[in-house]
Amino acid sequence: MKTLRTARRNIRRSPYQAIAAVFIMTLTFLAFSIFAFIIFGSSRIVDYFESKPQVTAFFRDEAAKGDIDKLKSSFEQSEFISEVKFVSKEQALEIYRQQNKDDPLLLDLVTAEILPASLEISTFNIEDLNLVSETLNKSAIVEEVVFQRDVIATLTSWTTAVRAIGIFTVSILATISIFIMVTIIGIKVSQKKQDIETMRLIGAGNWYIRWPFIIEGVFYGVLGAIIGFLLSLGILFWTTPYLSSFLRGIPVLPLSFIFIGILFMLEVILAILLGAFSSYVAVLRYLRKP
Amino acid sequence: MINLENVSKKFGTGVFGLSDITFAVEKGEFVFLVGPTGSGKTTIFKLLIREMYPTQGTIVVDSWDLVKLPSKQVPELRKKIGVVFQDLKLLTDRTIFENIILPLDIAGVNEEESGRRVEEVLERVGIIEHRDKFPIQLSGGELQRTAIARALILSPDIILADEPTGDLDEATAWDIVKLLSEINEGGTTVIMATHNADIVKKMDKRIIELSLGSIVNDKKTKPKHKKKEEEKDEKPKEKKEVHEEARKDDKKESEKGEDKGKKPITDEFEKALEEE
Repeated sequence: MKTLRTARRNIRRSPYQAIAAVFIMTLTFLAFSIFAFIIFGSSRIVDYFESKPQVTAFFRDEAAKGDIDKLKSSFEQSEFISEVKFVSKEQALEIYRQQNKDDPLLLDLVTAEILPASLEISTFNIEDLNLVSETLNKSAIVEEVVFQRDVIATLTSWTTAVRAIGIFTVSILATISIFIMVTIIGIKVSQKKQDIETMRLIGAGNWYIRWPFIIEGVFYGVLGAIIGFLLSLGILFWTTPYLSSFLRGIPVLPLSFIFIGILFMLEVILAILLGAFSSYVAVLRYLRKP
Repeated sequence: MINLENVSKKFGTGVFGLSDITFAVEKGEFVFLVGPTGSGKTTIFKLLIREMYPTQGTIVVDSWDLVKLPSKQVPELRKKIGVVFQDLKLLTDRTIFENIILPLDIAGVNEEESGRRVEEVLERVGIIEHRDKFPIQLSGGELQRTAIARALILSPDIILADEPTGDLDEATAWDIVKLLSEINEGGTTVIMATHNADIVKKMDKRIIELSLGSIVNDKKTKPKHKKKEEEKDEKPKEKKEVHEEARKDDKKESEKGEDKGKKPITDEFEKALEEE
């Protein structure tokens, strides 16, 4: 309690330094939260596309049912394949009708006869799509092969890039935060140099001197994390309607409360570590005398 | 209680702050450390609280060998020695009460007990009415009392007072010395560094005189009860004769071996003794 009181007094007596420290922490955790949202969202988008049929083989009209079943079962036995689904001409028409139910003209023009039967195949790994595609292309009963390799590959590379940029930006901001915090706490320690010297001479141990500064650093860190997190949450809620219409059909938003809760806890823990480490470093040089 | 043996302290500049000093202080003694500025008084205090290491020699305080004492135990040593620093070292942004309670806080004494003990000490040193003032609001004598109160608060076995009468007028200086003397009568060992010849002269206490980092005179007075016994047995001598004898003894000692060439006693103290 005494240590908390000392920390509170230190914060109160230098409000501008306290604001600067909280501000830099807020900036760091705002960036951290926003990148966390982007990384989480983009991963969900990739997952969504990965869960969709990845390769679709359209059969020739003359393809025999027996040949199709043979091809289907050969894929079903493969360990790389996660799912194989046959879509008949009638089922294709049903899907077509469902997709174009608001356009009667399009519905009238199409019959089951002109739609091809198809085989929808998903793999566990994107890398295996090429092999599936090549096998299908070699088959005499297959007319055309369509697969989403390019879409997923692009999305994956974007997600990786966003993740790399996020980690880099947050690391840079965290490093800057540590330097600024060390400077701010360092100024405060320097102002209290005489007091620290006196305390040591009358029997204070290093931790007695260190604790109020560490608590101060943790306070700046946690307050910055809370403000940064709330700001990012505000931005997310504000942009949710626009993002939802942009990501139509892809179930990304709203983010789950569990994810938000875990992110908040993670940020608070990170803020405690960041604040405590900065203060520890700042005080260290004043405690080296015998 | 305190034992320094062949202690030297050489500073980074190559100058010797202390050279080969040896003396012991018994429990309950009151010792004046006298000597001009730069003679090594403060250096001795710094060595006794392990603010610095000696270049050579051994220092034992109570049962602590300060040369071998691990750094982790230094705070414990410092809690057992109350120090009145030359520059007082009071925390300017804390009240008198907060300054005095600090050692108790460091020692982990609970708030209720701490508060009670601070009140007691403030009463004892006579500044209870200033408990909520800041150091800047107090006079020199009151600040000295605050520093003494802080040194006393953990009831240490030893008090080191570094020129506690330095900037004070005569009357206030005497108040401070009387206060230290009372503390000493309670069984606490007191070592007081001073320039004040008048105080040293009037107080019948042991005097260790330093010059250029060496002990040039260690005038031991006999304990009061022994003195009384002797006075009963012998015809009392004139005070001047006692001092003359003491001076002769000191001169003999200082002329022995390594003390050769060092100033036997400062002029100021010579004069003071002759005046008596």
